[in-house]
Amino acid sequence: MQQDTQTPQTYAPDRPSVMEKAASIWQTTKYKYRWTWRRHPMLIVGMAVLIFMGLMAILAPILFTMDPTAVDPPNRLAEPGSVITDEGVSHRAWFGTDFVGRDVYSRVVYGARISLAVGFAVGALTAISAAVLGLLAGYFGVVDLILMRIMDAIMSIPNILLAIALVSIVGGSVPIVIFAIWFVVFPRAVRVVRSSVLSLREEVYVEAARAIGAKTPRILIKHVFPGTVAPLIVTATLIVAGAILTEAILSFLGAGIDPETPAWGSMMADGRRTISQAIWVVGIPGGFLTLTVLAINTIGDNLRDMLDPKLSRSEG
Amino acid sequence: MQRYVIQRVIASIPVLFILAVVIFAVLRISGGDPAAIIAGKDAPQWQIEAIRKDLGLDKPIISQLGIYLKDVLSGDLGQSINSKIPVIKLIKQRVVPTLSLAIMTELLTLPISIPLGVLAAWKANTWIDRTIMVFSSLGFSIPIFFLGFLLIKAFALEINLFPAAGYTAPTEDFGAFVHKLILPSFATAVIFWAFLVRMTRATMIEVLREDYIRTARAKGLAEASVLIRHALKNAALPIVTVIGWGIAELFAGLVVTEQVFAIPGMGRLIVDSIVRRDYPVIQGAMLVIAVLQVVVNLLTDLSYAVFDPRIKY
Repeated sequence: MQQDTQTPQTYAPDRPSVMEKAASIWQTTKYKYRWTWRRHPMLIVGMAVLIFMGLMAILAPILFTMDPTAVDPPNRLAEPGSVITDEGVSHRAWFGTDFVGRDVYSRVVYGARISLAVGFAVGALTAISAAVLGLLAGYFGVVDLILMRIMDAIMSIPNILLAIALVSIVGGSVPIVIFAIWFVVFPRAVRVVRSSVLSLREEVYVEAARAIGAKTPRILIKHVFPGTVAPLIVTATLIVAGAILTEAILSFLGAGIDPETPAWGSMMADGRRTISQAIWVVGIPGGFLTLTVLAINTIGDNLRDMLDPKLSRSEG
Repeated sequence: MQRYVIQRVIASIPVLFILAVVIFAVLRISGGDPAAIIAGKDAPQWQIEAIRKDLGLDKPIISQLGIYLKDVLSGDLGQSINSKIPVIKLIKQRVVPTLSLAIMTELLTLPISIPLGVLAAWKANTWIDRTIMVFSSLGFSIPIFFLGFLLIKAFALEINLFPAAGYTAPTEDFGAFVHKLILPSFATAVIFWAFLVRMTRATMIEVLREDYIRTARAKGLAEASVLIRHALKNAALPIVTVIGWGIAELFAGLVVTEQVFAIPGMGRLIVDSIVRRDYPVIQGAMLVIAVLQVVVNLLTDLSYAVFDPRIKY
């Protein structure tokens, strides 16, 4: 040790070059990926589907789409794959057209934006609010008493009804829909965080921190909070899936985002009228919606098994 | 037991109170002026003022809340702004279709999902288990209305086995009543089914690891008897919790199902009233559903004593 400090140049190992560093990071990633692939293959499959949907949402304008709101009544209810000629220019409607001739493919691709934006915004808001409120409720008895009664009350009103009421009264825009869905789902996440805090605060290491005189905010952030992260991530993931479903239901019931904006739920509501002739108008957005939700649920389930084996035993 | 029941009922009073306040606040503060809606688009200001005074909307919000709570306690939920029919009466008309749909859904769910969950746990990590779980994940992820459309397309429009939509009162024609409810309750049952299968499987797997299961097998009991009398009975508690919890989800799901299959139930009443901004009806119907939920929670807690003799209240 002493020699080290005296002649550091002699004993210091060679600084790894950028290439070597990159190679070692690559090795670790590859190893981790292989491990995950072997233990939780469905996690990777779910991630792949979600990344696919995400890329689709981001790259929507360059994915050979047309204006998703452009109507073309003469070519309404064209079957998937049929060639549509418009003023001399022809293109193929891969997924057909709906009852006013809008291109289903373009609408599905653009619709991914709404679903994913709402889903992830609700997930993030829920995670943040649940972390703060859950920590406070779990650690301070007084807060717990008041806060949890309010959470109980919100939870006993059926989610969808409350969300519809909120959206239809205030008016449907993306931020309002996000707020409404967040409002009806966040109590459940608060409960999850709170219950882990309740058991964590009795842990010996928390008591030790208290004994050496650590301040309460420090104990909460440094010692209690890390223990709640795993269950919170799992819950938030499942809430993202639930939020995407709820947004689709709101759009479907006509209580969602402005019906002009392409969203999977409202596409299906439009398609209901023509379901006997044109199943694709309902089936294609429905399929994308189901696949996205399924992917996120699968990720959530596998994360739970990976991060928190205790949770997986009690909740399946 | 009696004492516990009384305690629980008393404990749910604050929840109900907060519930009424939350519903009131969400609807009243979030915007929209009922008086302006009743008066119509081009009504003069004095007319709106008059209606507002008539409805008591000119009073401060706190005293409005007070009046509302007093009315609710005396069983008066007000009357519909649109049809002038008392809210209680409207709800009474709509409660039968919703409850029949809920019961039918349960009847389709329980006999299928619990045995499947037991089977999946018994054959854990085999292809049987995996197949059941894949279907359960799928059922969890498919939107009710999408499934409803697919069912209508397949069973009503293509092969004409069931009617596509509608409702017949049971007193009118019981056969038609059941016939029309099958597709909608099946559509609602799937998500509930998925949920219950997972829960049953998870608790059963845990119970099957217990020593007394090994003992039961060691003394040569038939496997069916081990599974049902020893394992399922002990797994009943969490399963019952989920059934109770699922009833809340069920009400929410029924809003969508009623819309897809055109069934005149509570859900449609609420959706229609929201579109028309009929505040008293929305408030009343939501309150009734929420109270039902609180009652279901209470019954769930009490049923623990039936399934687990160690729990005494």
